[in-house]
Amino acid sequence: MTARVDERIAPVGPVRRLLIRPELGAVVGLVAVFTFFAVQSPVFRSADGIANWLDPAATLGIMAVAVALLMIGGEFDLSAGVLTGTSGLILVTLATRFGFDVWTAMLVGLVVALAVGFANGVVVTRTKLPSFIVTLGTFLMLQGVNLGVTKAVTGTVQVSGLRRADGYEGAAAVFAGTIDVGGTSFRVAILWWILVTAVATWVLVRSRPGNWIFAVGGDEQAARAVGVPATRTKIALFMTTAFAAWLVGSILALRYTSVQANIGIGQEFIYIIAAVIGGCLLTGGYGSAVGAAIGAVIFGMADKGIVFLGWDADWFTFFLGAMLLLATLANRLVRRYAEEVRH
Amino acid sequence: MIIETRGLGKRFGSVLALRDVSMGVAAGEVTCVLGDNGAGKSTLIKILSGMHRHDTGSYLVDGREVRFSSPREALDRGIATVYQDLAMIPLMSVWRNFFLGSEPRKGLAFDVARARRVAREELAAMGIDIRDVDQPVGTLSGGERQSVAIARAVHFGARVLVLDEPTSALGVKQAGVVLRYIARARDRGLGVVFITHNPHHAYPVGDRFLLLNRGSPLGLYARDDITPQELTRLMAGGAELDELAHELRRE
Repeated sequence: MTARVDERIAPVGPVRRLLIRPELGAVVGLVAVFTFFAVQSPVFRSADGIANWLDPAATLGIMAVAVALLMIGGEFDLSAGVLTGTSGLILVTLATRFGFDVWTAMLVGLVVALAVGFANGVVVTRTKLPSFIVTLGTFLMLQGVNLGVTKAVTGTVQVSGLRRADGYEGAAAVFAGTIDVGGTSFRVAILWWILVTAVATWVLVRSRPGNWIFAVGGDEQAARAVGVPATRTKIALFMTTAFAAWLVGSILALRYTSVQANIGIGQEFIYIIAAVIGGCLLTGGYGSAVGAAIGAVIFGMADKGIVFLGWDADWFTFFLGAMLLLATLANRLVRRYAEEVRH
Repeated sequence: MIIETRGLGKRFGSVLALRDVSMGVAAGEVTCVLGDNGAGKSTLIKILSGMHRHDTGSYLVDGREVRFSSPREALDRGIATVYQDLAMIPLMSVWRNFFLGSEPRKGLAFDVARARRVAREELAAMGIDIRDVDQPVGTLSGGERQSVAIARAVHFGARVLVLDEPTSALGVKQAGVVLRYIARARDRGLGVVFITHNPHHAYPVGDRFLLLNRGSPLGLYARDDITPQELTRLMAGGAELDELAHELRRE
């Protein structure tokens, strides 16, 4: 079989094989956006500039990768953005008002975040309601809790003073520090982002649960019929997103040492957009973690690049919309190719 | 006989969906179940595959009576059912679909290299000419999908294949392809229960023909006891067809 060449393979060829890679659109976008800004701004292409735009890409990227896995599994999580706020608020509140050391406070934040993710997953899989609605409910509830509890505890809409808490130095070094590479300091969050992307990619393409994620997003009934534990897979995906939200929330809280009660609101759509730019289909069953990470880089570049060029930052959302539209069109072509039935 | 039914019956409320069906399939044989819509073919498959339980009569596997409570139990006894609407994910590659739910492992990982190789070998062993196991199942034709599903069932240790109308949605050429794989599975020593309403598909591969009409058997024939013409005539309801021809004749 191996030695035999099928005459029908030729027209499919390497070009088409490349075209059906989910990351293709994102890579093209990455090159285009980098070229656009790098040509006009020497700062943008300098090492300092790169460290500068990789930072927002990292925190967004951690979330985008987790959200991409969830979307490949056929679900959305609108509560992911607010949950970063919740995790950060728990950390800072417990460490500054209740005498917890930073590590224990982070652990409590992790438990709460995972519980929220678990609840999302259980409600979605039990009720069969669209996750869009279920997590919209979670989103609004968490938004209320974040504000309500913060006001009740502090009398203001923010908690601060994390720097004075026990264990801050150690935790900050691990989650919010910087690393010196050739005289340029890069945020350690970039390492976390690379780690998350690598692990997610491995799980997706080289593990059994990865196969199940594609399957439950592609056709849940068919997946169940061949024995895929669909419910467990989906709940695990919601919990993964919650874990990412905790990680990002903790990174940001340790970095700024204070958290606003309304942080993270509106970010949930940015995560979804980055995942879609990275090749995830809104209908599930297709996408890639690397693609979502690249989608996040495009965001980071545009976010900082616009500032480097001295433009009004308002143009950022215009750019966002245009990228989303282009990416969705590209994805539709991919899907059409993948699903067309030849007779 | 690997599987055998004796006087099998099933009712849904007041409807007698199946009455007094006795049939069986031996290793290396194809038993065709023929019947028009509403003849009870689906009910029979669902009992064989473990989705429904029979109410009367008996169902034997390897000569011992069984009452399956789930398709999983039937599968564990080597009875695999391939349904018309196949359990395959269009956007996933052939090899990912082939092993979905039973992925081979290597330590913690999904042994991707082995999955690819085994999928390719199993398809080749069935004589299935898939261009590339990396292509999404959605790009396969209907006949190719059926063939992959059959090869998958064979690989996972099926001794009896229950095929639900595998050729009904296919063109002439594609149906021929699927019939060839049915023959191939039979030659590999599997028992095949082939459900169809098309006698032209059944006759070339069948060793035994069970005709069903309105839930009751019209007869069980060995291949030597019946001609394709008779089979078609019985299927269509014999005398009714003559009457129809008479009615439709130009005056």
